[in-house]
Amino acid sequence: MKDATNRPPPLLPLAALDALWFQVAGTLCNLRCRHCFISCAPDNHTFGFMTLTQVRQHLAESVALGVREYYFTGGEPFLNPDIFEMLAAALALGPATVLTNATRFTPANVARLAALRDASSYSLELRVSLDGFTAETNDPIRGPGTFDQAMRGVELLAGAGFLPIITAMRSWDPQQDEAVLAGFREQLTAAGCSRVRLKLLPALRLGAEAKRDHGYGEDEFLTEEMLMGYDPRQLLCHNSRIVSDRGVHVCPILIDQPAGWLGATLAEGLQPARLSHPACTTCYAYGAICSNAGGLGLETARPPGNLPS
Amino acid sequence: MIQERMAVFGGVYSNHVALAALLADVRQRGMSQLYCLGDLGAFGPHPNRVFPLLRAAQVAVVQGNYDHSLGHGLPDCRCGYTDARDNYFARLSYAYTFHNTSAENKRWLKDLPPERRLTFAGRQVLLCHGSPRQTNEFLWESTTSNAFLERLFRDSGVDVIVATHTGLPWHRELPGGRHFINCGAIGRPANDGRTAVWYAVLSAVAGGRLEVEIVPLEYDYRQLAAEMRAEQLPEEFVTTIETGWWTTCLEILPARERARGKY
Ligand code: SF4
Ligand code: SF4
Ligand SMILES: [Fe+2]
Repeated sequence: MKDATNRPPPLLPLAALDALWFQVAGTLCNLRCRHCFISCAPDNHTFGFMTLTQVRQHLAESVALGVREYYFTGGEPFLNPDIFEMLAAALALGPATVLTNATRFTPANVARLAALRDASSYSLELRVSLDGFTAETNDPIRGPGTFDQAMRGVELLAGAGFLPIITAMRSWDPQQDEAVLAGFREQLTAAGCSRVRLKLLPALRLGAEAKRDHGYGEDEFLTEEMLMGYDPRQLLCHNSRIVSDRGVHVCPILIDQPAGWLGATLAEGLQPARLSHPACTTCYAYGAICSNAGGLGLETARPPGNLPS
Repeated sequence: MIQERMAVFGGVYSNHVALAALLADVRQRGMSQLYCLGDLGAFGPHPNRVFPLLRAAQVAVVQGNYDHSLGHGLPDCRCGYTDARDNYFARLSYAYTFHNTSAENKRWLKDLPPERRLTFAGRQVLLCHGSPRQTNEFLWESTTSNAFLERLFRDSGVDVIVATHTGLPWHRELPGGRHFINCGAIGRPANDGRTAVWYAVLSAVAGGRLEVEIVPLEYDYRQLAAEMRAEQLPEEFVTTIETGWWTTCLEILPARERARGKY
């Protein structure tokens, strides 16, 4: 793929493999969100579940590379029957974060998660996607009944002592940020969250989201000039890679794009990233939106004292 | 038998009261090798007061992100907060510190080295602020894998790394006998409900062993709180000094560290 001026896309070498992601649920999800950038659904078999053997093998390889932390995503990771064993294997080596829609939690599996958390000295982070603080705003995007299901999941997590990070794609006018965040804070506090941790994400105009709103324009590409004087440490692909049941890809965003494919093995996956996709312009503008830090903002609980205006 | 000892501290955050207490404490323990890993300003009152204390005690100082920003006249502290409330407080204390640090002290901060290497107890030691590779990298205990530490040791070619920047002290000895130490901060408490602050003491003991202690330091926090109020610094900051619980900059804490605090 070339940009409008027909020059090859900028290449970004992998500085070091700090974070290793696992597409553990492939593109399979119990939901069918209208903004899902890889169009996950119960019947999207583009990528399948990873096996425990695959995950163990990549974890073993990651140690020699000095990986600092692990992320588990999908689809919905908790659909994968081996997710608990996968997390146990990861938490023996380093911190783990799971990105979930929180609709599959039961008292029994949350207790199992808590036991995994308590057995490790590393952090186990749960990141819950929610796209509004009411069923009226969330459900049109994530599906009927999903708000109540996810809030029940959040309640179970909070009850087990987890401090879930709630992520929301900003589908509203940025001017409404304060009102929306206040709504989220109130709901999450009511659900038992003692520390409200919120992360807003910009829209990635890919997959289902491209149909819901609009896709990228033909002229939206990164150029070498744009990267001059830019700190590439803000980009996820500068220090991360993702493995799926098929091999290694540059990042979770481009997992189902030809431009994101790097090879069958982790060794091949260490080659530079080609920043050829229009979605790269979103990362360029907002930074490493996929990692726990970064994004449009991580709003925390308000200890005594309010933000003076 | 202890053969040699050194003290390492960081995150002074203008807490000249704790710094004076620390210097008295190490003198009493008979230590003369003193290292400070940076972030002299921020948070506390009267930023110029820490400089003469450090110079008089001949402390070897490493540059922190705050020192780098102040020294180079950058518009912010480069802590990288994204939360609006954290940013508000970060900007406020940076503006106060910038305004109240003398030009001479800023020049001194600008010229500080980003790292120091030395030999101690027969080991190669690297002193840095955040991590050996990045001044503002946060190395938290619960999000730093052994594999990652091994890589840092490999890349920097040392046996011992001491850092600060997070404000929370921890120590891990790897199976191969190498040590990573986060010496914590003496500028504000460690989000543990205690008013004490923390620093690290390294001892070379008989048999070539290295002993690491994370030491609590009590100081007159009431005096600091009074000075902060007199300077009209945010009450949220004073609360942290008086209660030992962090009230701001919480977004950067990983789950495990966040769960230990009150907010
Ligand atoms: S956004 Fe998440 S929950 Fe929704 S369909 Fe995609 S993977 Fe599933
Ligand atoms: S989408 Fe973002 S993370 Fe992926 S290759 Fe492009 S810039 Fe890198
Ligand atoms: Fe710092």
